[in-house]
Amino acid sequence: MSSGNTINHRPVIRIQNIWKAFEGQQVLSGLNLDIYKGETVVVIGRSGCGKSVLLRHIAGLMSPDSGEIFFEDEEITKFNRKKLFKMRMHFGMLFQSSALFDSMTVGENVALALVRHSGFSMEKVNRIVLEKLELVGLADVTGKHPSELSGGMKKRVALARAVVMNPDVVLYDEPTTGLDPVMAGVINRLILSLQKELDITSIVVTHDIESAYRVGDKIAMLHDGKIVYEGTPAQVENTDNHLVRGFVTGQLGTEASM
Amino acid sequence: MKLVFLIGRFFLSFIEETGAVILLTFRVLKRLPKVLGNLGTLFAQMERIGIGSIPLVFVTSLFVGAVTAVQAAYQFYGYVPLRYLGAVVGKSVTLELGPVLTALVVGGRISAAMAAELGTMKVTEQLDAMEMIAIDPIEYLVVPRIIAAVIMLPVLVVFSDFIAILGGMLVARFSLGVDFHVFAYGLKLLFRYQDVVGGLMKTFFFGFVIALMGSYYGFSTEGGAEGVGLSTMKAVVSSCLLILVFNYLLATIIFQVIFALE
Repeated sequence: MSSGNTINHRPVIRIQNIWKAFEGQQVLSGLNLDIYKGETVVVIGRSGCGKSVLLRHIAGLMSPDSGEIFFEDEEITKFNRKKLFKMRMHFGMLFQSSALFDSMTVGENVALALVRHSGFSMEKVNRIVLEKLELVGLADVTGKHPSELSGGMKKRVALARAVVMNPDVVLYDEPTTGLDPVMAGVINRLILSLQKELDITSIVVTHDIESAYRVGDKIAMLHDGKIVYEGTPAQVENTDNHLVRGFVTGQLGTEASM
Repeated sequence: MKLVFLIGRFFLSFIEETGAVILLTFRVLKRLPKVLGNLGTLFAQMERIGIGSIPLVFVTSLFVGAVTAVQAAYQFYGYVPLRYLGAVVGKSVTLELGPVLTALVVGGRISAAMAAELGTMKVTEQLDAMEMIAIDPIEYLVVPRIIAAVIMLPVLVVFSDFIAILGGMLVARFSLGVDFHVFAYGLKLLFRYQDVVGGLMKTFFFGFVIALMGSYYGFSTEGGAEGVGLSTMKAVVSSCLLILVFNYLLATIIFQVIFALE
């Protein structure tokens, strides 16, 4: 199942039988997923199938109704806020809406985590911020406010902010949604190069199958609250699993409604 | 049957919200010392709440003082000499009108701004983003706002007291024919410093309530633009209502117990 040679046999993140319902609507129903160190797992599925909810559970932004989530063998659903914050120092997250702090400049957005947590001098903080912004090709917009940036630029700044603390795990919520194909390609390349340069474990949720093929070591399909298929991009392309085929070809769910 | 259901749901949500507000209050109190690590935000908020509200408070107080003088003179007519006008204006302003009206107008302004700002941050995932970089939004956003409001509201009320009395004096002099020194005589005649202090004591609580309601409804915003609008409205309505309720309770405690006339 695994590809690449940096991958260990112990999962960094282990999700076991999690269930979550919102106002009576079951979103996750007994979901299991293991994520190994250094790999990029792409979770695909239709809009509204609970992909973002899954990501929020891994980040500790939501807690399941039942089930367990382990980060490096520690059960995170039982964490108090202090331990949760400590865990999040190892995490970076790219939000679907970028979620840049609009009262701050680009530089301040990227610097905030360092200023609050690292204890580095301002020169060092500025140097790291510039370095991360160079990584996403935006070192020249440090003084601008998020409202002055395009959607693609916001995504890249948000990406720089997500990796500023050199996280072990980066969570991507629909990284290419709402971007033109060229910018989506730029983001895909960035995800790959960040993973290569910083050796991070990545979890990407997307319904953009092209993006999934490009960045994924492993693709997992979420359907009806469960992971119904796991495989490498090559396996996904050749699978005869009807759910995966249906999703890739855009036929999933339409048979029933026709 | 449906009515019973609706009433039940209303009470349940009322109890739930009250509980959530009390919980937020405890969370804020626990994190108060953390403001020392975030003085920049504190000063920015103090400027926004304090300096930013001065024009509003100035105009409100001037006219409140003016109308108090006019109405007092109207009630005095034929019974009480106008040399006592200053006493009534001074008492009304320092005890009630200054603190309460300032809290209401500043409360509307501040709680709306806070609910809209924090609510927008909530619906655009900025609060989650803050959580993800291991910064506690209550510590980073709510605590400085509450402390700033608690510090600045009393300052604004002192300003308001002066301006309102000035408004009363101007009306007394130019419209009612009461000279400045006659007005001042009345003002001094029944003056108790406890009135001013008691009035100001209330405003610490008002400041807390204003910022707490703005923050609470901001943080509990759901949905998009409509949700932000709804939260803003709830923040203004609830902070105004709570100011009036607390005003009664605090007036009872302060003027019947602490500063009671012997």
